[in-house]
Amino acid sequence: MVRYVIRRLLWAVVLFIAVTLLTFIMFYVIPVNPAAMVAGKAATPAMIKQVTHDLYLDRPLYVQYGHFMKELVWNHSLGYSYGNRQSVNSIIEKAAPVTAAVVFGGAILWLLVAIPVGIYSALRPRSKGDRVAMVGVLAGISAHPVWVGYMLSLIVGYKLNLLPIQGYCNLRGASAGQSCGGPYDWFMHMLLPWITFAILYSAFYVRMIRSSVMETLNEDYVRTARAKGAPERTVIRRHALRNAMLPVVTMLGMDIALALGGAVFVEIVFGLPGLGYWAIQSVFTFDLPIVIGTVIFASIMVIIFNLLIDLLYAVIDPRIRLA
Amino acid sequence: MLEEPLLKVENLEKHFPITRGIIFQKEIGRVRAVDGVSFSVNKGETLGVVGESGCGKSTMARCVMRLLDPTGGKVTFDGQDITNIKGNDLFKVRREMMMVFQDPYASLNPRKRVGSIVGEALEVHKMGTAAEIKRKVQDLLEVVGLNPEHYNRFPFEFSGGQRQRIGVARALAVRPKLIVCDEPVSALDVSVQAQILNLLKRLQDEFDLTYVFIAHDLDVVRHISNRVAVMYLGKVVEVGEGSQLYNRPLHPYSGALLSAVPVPNPNVARNRKPIVLEGDVPSPINPPSACRFHPRCPRFQAGVCDVDEPQLTEREAGHEVACHYPLETWPMADLRLEPGRVAAS
Amino acid sequence: MPLLDVKDLKTYFRTDDGIVHAVDGVSFSVEKGKTLAIVGESGCGKSVTCMTIMGLNAKRNTITEGQAIFKDRDLLKIDPDELRKIRGNEISMIFQDPMTSLNPVYTIGAQLREAVQLHENVSKQVANSRSVEMLKAVAIPRAETRMDDYPHQFSGGMRQRVMIAMALVNNPDLLIADEPTTALDVTTQAQILKLMNQLQRDFGSAIILVTHDLGVVAETADDVMVMYAAKAVEKGGYEDIFYRPEHPYTWGLLGSLPRLVAEGADLKPIPGTPPSLLQPPSGCRFHLRCTYAFSPCVPDVPELLPVGGESASDHAVACHLEPEFRRRESHDLLHEVMAEQQV
Repeated sequence: MVRYVIRRLLWAVVLFIAVTLLTFIMFYVIPVNPAAMVAGKAATPAMIKQVTHDLYLDRPLYVQYGHFMKELVWNHSLGYSYGNRQSVNSIIEKAAPVTAAVVFGGAILWLLVAIPVGIYSALRPRSKGDRVAMVGVLAGISAHPVWVGYMLSLIVGYKLNLLPIQGYCNLRGASAGQSCGGPYDWFMHMLLPWITFAILYSAFYVRMIRSSVMETLNEDYVRTARAKGAPERTVIRRHALRNAMLPVVTMLGMDIALALGGAVFVEIVFGLPGLGYWAIQSVFTFDLPIVIGTVIFASIMVIIFNLLIDLLYAVIDPRIRLA
Repeated sequence: MLEEPLLKVENLEKHFPITRGIIFQKEIGRVRAVDGVSFSVNKGETLGVVGESGCGKSTMARCVMRLLDPTGGKVTFDGQDITNIKGNDLFKVRREMMMVFQDPYASLNPRKRVGSIVGEALEVHKMGTAAEIKRKVQDLLEVVGLNPEHYNRFPFEFSGGQRQRIGVARALAVRPKLIVCDEPVSALDVSVQAQILNLLKRLQDEFDLTYVFIAHDLDVVRHISNRVAVMYLGKVVEVGEGSQLYNRPLHPYSGALLSAVPVPNPNVARNRKPIVLEGDVPSPINPPSACRFHPRCPRFQAGVCDVDEPQLTEREAGHEVACHYPLETWPMADLRLEPGRVAAS
Repeated sequence: MPLLDVKDLKTYFRTDDGIVHAVDGVSFSVEKGKTLAIVGESGCGKSVTCMTIMGLNAKRNTITEGQAIFKDRDLLKIDPDELRKIRGNEISMIFQDPMTSLNPVYTIGAQLREAVQLHENVSKQVANSRSVEMLKAVAIPRAETRMDDYPHQFSGGMRQRVMIAMALVNNPDLLIADEPTTALDVTTQAQILKLMNQLQRDFGSAIILVTHDLGVVAETADDVMVMYAAKAVEKGGYEDIFYRPEHPYTWGLLGSLPRLVAEGADLKPIPGTPPSLLQPPSGCRFHLRCTYAFSPCVPDVPELLPVGGESASDHAVACHLEPEFRRRESHDLLHEVMAEQQV
């Protein structure tokens, strides 16, 4: 087990280096001179030159990468925005909780829907309920989240006036310049984003859980459990579901990690200042440190979640634990 | 002067490394799937290879066919060393040796028509125009007992036995000298299995074929083979004429294997006392020292069998065994398990 | 009175292509402490017969008819919960593939204890000690420690021993073994067959052994039923089936065995392939492959009738051929080979 953890951790380090290097190269070969942006509109050539030097932009790529990594590893600093000289760390610190709220809330919602519906469909394939669920799945997959988001805010928010149309409220209470705050406001503002976010994923997960459970129910050991005289409930709960959830856990880890990198559509539609929102904004203004910062943050999340899932997997499946 | 054997395998080895590490892979062990196997097959004969799962018989076959690259040893086919040949040389040899596989469901491409499955090798080796190939394929289908009109059908339209006939036709298409059959009938029902065995026998006479016939079913191997080799954990432990080996096995493992086969004759079955081996076949990663059978052998002698590896030696004409204390008596009824006076000398 | 008496059992499956007649009117009985072997090729309905008795077919698409009387109860009619209490307790089952028949995420111990506790309200300790006893009975070394191991830590043969232990832990009256040694190597098969014979002596369970291997039948069976295309074609004591078989299909099975053919001679296989059970052939289902078939075989379904006309005889065959002719053919085809082997 310890060996397994160490192996996974080492893998994570290798992955991290590969990801940072790749992002770095990709963004730094874009032919824009950030120094001009940083120095401002009225900058003289001398100033631009000075800024270029300060930003390490006149050095070869590997020195730039080395500097970047040094800052990242020693000072845990992702650098400063070219636009307003804010530290990228502080931007991510502010944005990450917003995205996390969207993603985790959404994940809870989609699992709450998908697990019962998926299992029900698997146990009664071709029944009326299953058919309804499958039509729902098709609709959920086909509907684009941007459309769903706008429709929801139009109908529920604007026409029926039940929930706020957009914007974000702090969970802890209103901060300066904000009109709302506290758990209630936060929750009401998050509801529509969660629903929007969950619709697509619950559709995917219903389909996946359904097929996974159906497959597991055909396994020989499920037949063995029935032959032992286990009641159907026990057969399903104890013998089928635990095995059927293995692939679901894997997918869940991947999906959550990816979504943390930016639930872009939902954040844009509902004007939530999360990571995706910031990333898009910065791409338009060529504010590369923020773009790189969000990408790297997302990669770290993917790595961490993969690690967590691998470890969780080992807990569920003894074959991996003991390998 | 004896005729040169068609296939000669000397000290063949195939090891699969087990590695650990992320970027720098370190070998921490190896699976000794085939570990020093020697035998030869004469033209026109059938060599049967028996052994339990994991004994290395299929790996051995794949090395002989050069579908896997051997780790060591030498394979001579028709007088030519084919152990390390590549490219065009290998391509030419491939035409001379063909393989029939176990699973008639998985070994035929489901999206191809029977005609192109059987004719593929002919096309690859450019053995005729399209029309000629088509005629040849239809002849072949007839030869293996299928209707030539089935030329345009897909594999799923056939039963297991018919598919195996297609597999045989495919192997036969380029008129190879050697056909290696890897468990060709073990996925089939008994009645169909018998059909395929008869077919293989008839084709051997008709086309002057040489077979290496690999199977775990001892009765089937006995029926089709002239000579039989018994494998255990990557080694040949005994090889001999079918009648020698089955009527008077010398290696205790061969004896155990033979006596483990259920006899479809109740009076015989119920009156014999089979040697039932204890335990399981050990892992080929760390095989037992010296004689690999020693931990399970009823005739094991400490200080000999676990120290000194027995070599394949000829005990009677054409009958070789790798054992320090070969069985002295057979059948099972009066088999004494303890070695008598030291028989190894 | 037999332990299990099955009468005119029919199991049909509704599929997208039509109704599959998987078992089509099969009757047999199993005596206390005896072994009945059901023999036939794949798809002949031998496994489905067992699954039906156990009530393990999917309810959604299965039609079942007939009777299966087990200790005064009709297994096909009783309440599903009642049947569940019999399963694993009075009737147990083991399956072909020991590699996939155990749940990979639970320890062997947990799965054995479950088998005990499903049927008896006993403490975990009691269930545990009974499980360990059973593992010892099936000769698993270091039984106590191995209770905490997972299935993947066992070899195929060992897993089948665990399956047998699990099936016998409640001391059932009847054990149904569906191809229990087919996935195993010959030496392992020999171990398992020996174990099953010994356990049958010790525990006195009756066994239904489903197999395609006549060798296994010869080694273990008291009674034999030969099935072809969802019907029983011949039934009898093991000596009847091996030494006086009367159905051409049984002859074909025996003639296909390399062991029973003289050296150098060709095998005598059955031509053709088994028919589809979506539209089984008319009359005798074997007539398309039978070299002896004549005019009545095509329209008329032969009844399974006692050989020699004595209704007391256990040996029964479903064939239109003249009894005298059958006897002669049987003798000519097999007697010599069998006699020779008896040396």
